[in-house]
Amino acid sequence: MAIKVLNPGLLTSVQDLGRPGYFHLGIPVSGAMDRYAMRAANLLVGNDEGAAGLEAVFVGPELAFEEDTVVAVTGADMPVKIDGEIQPSWTALPIKAGQVLSFDFLTAGARIYIAVAGGIDVPVALGSRSTYPIGALGGFKGRAIAKGDELPVGRPSGNAASGRSVPDALRRENPVPVELRILPGLYDHRVTKASLERFFEEEWKVAPEADRMGYRFRGGTPLEFNEREQPFGAGSDPSNIVDSCYPYGSVQVPGGTEPIILHRDAVSGGGYFMIGTVISADMDLIGQLQPNTPTRFSRVTMEEALEARRARAAMLDHLRMALK
Amino acid sequence: MKPRYTFGGDEHLFVEVDEEMSLDAFFKSLSMTRIIAERSVEGVTEICPANASFQVKFDPDVIAPDTLLEEVRSIEAEAAKADPVLQTRLIEIPVFYQDPWTHETLMRFRERHQDPQGTDLEYAARINGYPSVEAFIAAHSGSPWFVSMVGFVAGLPFMYQMVERERQIQVPKYLRPRTDTPKLTVGYGGCFSCIYSVRGAGGYQMFGITPMPIFDPDQKTNYLEDFMVFFRPGDIVKFKPIDRAEYDRTVEAVANNAFTPKIREVEFDLRAFNADIKGYNARLEGMINGD
Repeated sequence: MAIKVLNPGLLTSVQDLGRPGYFHLGIPVSGAMDRYAMRAANLLVGNDEGAAGLEAVFVGPELAFEEDTVVAVTGADMPVKIDGEIQPSWTALPIKAGQVLSFDFLTAGARIYIAVAGGIDVPVALGSRSTYPIGALGGFKGRAIAKGDELPVGRPSGNAASGRSVPDALRRENPVPVELRILPGLYDHRVTKASLERFFEEEWKVAPEADRMGYRFRGGTPLEFNEREQPFGAGSDPSNIVDSCYPYGSVQVPGGTEPIILHRDAVSGGGYFMIGTVISADMDLIGQLQPNTPTRFSRVTMEEALEARRARAAMLDHLRMALK
Repeated sequence: MKPRYTFGGDEHLFVEVDEEMSLDAFFKSLSMTRIIAERSVEGVTEICPANASFQVKFDPDVIAPDTLLEEVRSIEAEAAKADPVLQTRLIEIPVFYQDPWTHETLMRFRERHQDPQGTDLEYAARINGYPSVEAFIAAHSGSPWFVSMVGFVAGLPFMYQMVERERQIQVPKYLRPRTDTPKLTVGYGGCFSCIYSVRGAGGYQMFGITPMPIFDPDQKTNYLEDFMVFFRPGDIVKFKPIDRAEYDRTVEAVANNAFTPKIREVEFDLRAFNADIKGYNARLEGMINGD
């Protein structure tokens, strides 16, 4: 069984939950930016949560199915259509051989996740089917999908129950303005206390340069650096450090002007200082932010970060129960 | 050198071994990460050494952040006692300096460079006090380099020059990064040389190109069949200048799977190196050239 790509949308790629374990060689985690939505789509069609599906940003693809199967679309609000008829999202949908899955315009959020019973069956590369386009690794031939591609589909588990859907309370909300919680640290001592305070008080906006590598923000006041003689090997700009690892979710501020939150396809390291890291519980949310979304960064402690993590885990447990 | 511990969110412990780059800091980072790996701490999912720092990724559902912090701190003393000796690979990397491909690219992005009138090599030679590009190339290829970090993108080595600090080459990055860099460009930024493993954006100065692939996701290159990434932190690299004819021959040999990188297994001792840098490097050079 295969799915034929009639139109790929803007940028649609094969993703699963990611490729951990190779960061020390510069290979990023990759995988769905909104992993909760990816898991939900897979559970709806009876797949393992880690099966591969499609992630589409801003514009949905148009896909023709060769055989009868079950699909589900989660994530951003983007009306789902089968042969032109609107269908519910966050729901297991039967689709027949020859029918076409397509989408209307995005109304909220940024990325949809499409799961098909059996999962997209591209070869596993370093433990994952996720696409890492810079390294031409994984996914469909190491790249985003294109018109005319035929995406192989694996054998369905048989646990797909058409019509099953995710309860409203367990679907993603798209709150605006957005609050992203940051645990300060890493190199935050490089900037003055007052300017760091201001960073957490001001409103920022998602910049157009927002993709799977990172999300850039604009609109706040540039940070002020504590003076120092730059250490050997760090480079001359006060925002430079000796090249180090960049944690997933870390917030770097090149030149002190525009913060960038590194996401799933980010470079693994480099020479810009970081003021802290977005907590794990809020990383999925970033994948659903559109350019210009007003955003506030709030400061949390490790205890609060772990509490938020537990709350996310509990929500995922509820989802698993609901779709059992 | 006093390590600084900080958390990168709820999933990373970040350790800055030293603010400034040095071989001592790199060795300390490497030995701490090795001891952490040997202890196989439950909940630690990945250990990433960098130049003068490292990062430990962990699952806070399995190990409490503070428990991990104490565990890693306790390793600091053990690492300080460890002999700074490394069993590693000495690798010869052929480089076609002043090649036409990086030259075309650097001309295309000239307005983003400190010296729009010259080339990257002319600029680097001048600001480092070399009388000519040839003399600069002789310096770049004259001493060995330590791979002190692999990353940025897949398989890209950061390399640190194994000479006295006052002799180390330093070159700032481009004023604004390029949107293009040829694959396998030998670059330079700050005090690090690098090899771009893939084509793409970049801010390092461009000196030349190697015919030897260092990342192959398809694993079709003979010496990358077992693993797609060539370099490991701790490798020692010696650049060998080659001309166009040898570059073309090597490219062809690689395509026919008839190229084998020149690699020697060596033991590196930091104390012996620091006691006689010139003599030590001469011995390393002898090993790579001897059969």
